[in-house]
Amino acid sequence: MAESTPHLSPAEAKSTLSADWVAFRTIVIKEIRRFLRIWPQTLVPPAISMVLYFLIFGTFIGSRVGQMGGLDYMAFIVPGLIMMSVITNAYSNVASSFYSTKFQRSIETMLVAPIPNGVILAGFVAGGVARGLCVGAIVTIMAGFFVDFTIHSFALTVGMILMTAVLFSLGGFINAVFADKFDDISIIPAFVLTPLTYLGGVFYSLDLLPDFWRTVSYFNPIVYMVSSFRYGIFGVSGDVPVYLSVAAIGGFVVLFWTISLVLLNRGTGIRA
Amino acid sequence: MTTAALSIAGLKKVYADGFTALKGIDLEVKEGDFFALLGPNGAGKSTTIGIICSLVRKTEGAVKIFGIDVDKDFAAAKRLIGVVPQEFNFSIFEKVGDIVEVQAGFYGLSLREGAVNTEKYLKRLGLWDKRNAQARHLSGGMKRRLMIARALVHEPRLLILDEPTAGVDIEIRRSMWAFLEEMNQAGTTIILTTHYLEEAESLCRNIAIIDHGEIVENTSMRALLGQLTTETFVVDLAEPVAAAPEVPGFAFRQVDAQCLELDLTRGQHLNAAFAALDSAGLKVMSLRNKSNRLEQLFVSLTASEGSAETLVHG
Ligand SMILES: Nc1ncnc2c1ncn2[C@@H]1O[C@H](COP(=O)(O)OP(=O)(O)OP(=O)(O)O)[C@@H](O)[C@H]1O
Ligand SMILES: [Mg+2]
Repeated sequence: MAESTPHLSPAEAKSTLSADWVAFRTIVIKEIRRFLRIWPQTLVPPAISMVLYFLIFGTFIGSRVGQMGGLDYMAFIVPGLIMMSVITNAYSNVASSFYSTKFQRSIETMLVAPIPNGVILAGFVAGGVARGLCVGAIVTIMAGFFVDFTIHSFALTVGMILMTAVLFSLGGFINAVFADKFDDISIIPAFVLTPLTYLGGVFYSLDLLPDFWRTVSYFNPIVYMVSSFRYGIFGVSGDVPVYLSVAAIGGFVVLFWTISLVLLNRGTGIRA
Repeated sequence: MTTAALSIAGLKKVYADGFTALKGIDLEVKEGDFFALLGPNGAGKSTTIGIICSLVRKTEGAVKIFGIDVDKDFAAAKRLIGVVPQEFNFSIFEKVGDIVEVQAGFYGLSLREGAVNTEKYLKRLGLWDKRNAQARHLSGGMKRRLMIARALVHEPRLLILDEPTAGVDIEIRRSMWAFLEEMNQAGTTIILTTHYLEEAESLCRNIAIIDHGEIVENTSMRALLGQLTTETFVVDLAEPVAAAPEVPGFAFRQVDAQCLELDLTRGQHLNAAFAALDSAGLKVMSLRNKSNRLEQLFVSLTASEGSAETLVHG
């Protein structure tokens, strides 16, 4: 039917696959442009706070602590601090970007276009990962001024960072879907993410903890990420086995992705 | 035989708070049409448009775009639609040019195609000079034109505009009308909502009036205006008169010393009215409709119960 117009518009002439790819690329570029445009809010603060951590914990206090988990204390905290900046930045990038897209209604411009929800989600997540990696790289370079380190397993290090960034980008997305006001996207970071990160073995080895608290810590997913990431960099076996971390994080990624997609398909918070 | 650009059947919308905004409407817009969707505030126009372009979830009913059922292949349907929403919905910190180019990307256009069409439509809407300005630095009328350029960047076959001329000055409004007429002549089907009825009257060929979630009228503009049985004219006189002239067949009413009103029913001619005034020795300076013709009909069709005027029969 409907062969009334022989001339196809540029949008009609595209195959679905190539259109989806272009749409994905467009969202990612738009997301990257956003966090680069507001770099004093997105890139500078994590750099400053990490330098402070390196100075205070690494240099001033670390010299008194000596060894931790088979490493100099300064070296011990580096992986956790990189991980911490990746987590918070991936999370808050997607949380605030998706929330403001919703709030300014510019989400409508994606909804009216023929973009599958999975592509919209992937675009926002890739934006969060890009910011996470960008800040992670800045922190890693700065860490280089305080400690010498070579990377033990490049694949594990990068793989761990990527999976973590994806997971927390998804977390930020889910947070933004349910957020009704701007405050709602800082509640989870303040009450959940920050405590979990500080208690996630960034600053201490779980060996130091009494049995009870060590057991409790095993329920904290960030322990797995930090420990495996530290192993990836230094090759010293950490608090938990690596394969378990990879499997656990992978499982959470699948779970969070599914939840996010269901929310988008339902139009929760975005379609009346 | 042409397919309908838009066909809606039994469309119903109940919002989350339980409010029924659409009570099951049927509507068809032919390909190539210039169609007005009119109705008072809260009638359900934006709700209908929202459902057509997937911003609002329908409760019941079917929507087809050029024969494509949105429940079967919404992506294919969306490629054919361009929408200019009632509320501004761009990110105010982005640049004008970026906003349009990004939209091209959402529709899968290559960077080059996107850049070419962005330039084309920003130029046509007089915004090319502003391409590097942040959207928040545009005036209200410019923001609306930005949304039109954005809606056109993928060259849709059906363009839907929800109050595109709200807050736009007269000059720009006229150039927007000319632009839309040109688009329509080039083959784009256009659906427009507006509260400026002279705009609908001069642009649109077919019309639906919606009120309280129901279509109360759906016909051609000509047929609708033909329903008008009485038109009221205002006559300005050259010299003051003491009283309205007594003329057989015409009921002149005096508004003030130099101004009369006249109800003309169908079949009566203005020539005869002039002749009558002439023979009474009155000179006419100017003559105008008391209100826009469509406005008279609109008010009577959407008036709340009890206050309905008797302008329309049938
Ligand atoms: N998200 C929503 N939740 C609940 N009710 C809504 C929602 N959106 C619109 N409505 C109601 O639905 C009705 C129709 O609204 P709609 O926006 O479609 O009207 P409209 O014809 O576009 O009016 P206007 O000319 O003022 O733009 C109104 O009573 C409105 O209050
Ligand atoms: Mg409206």
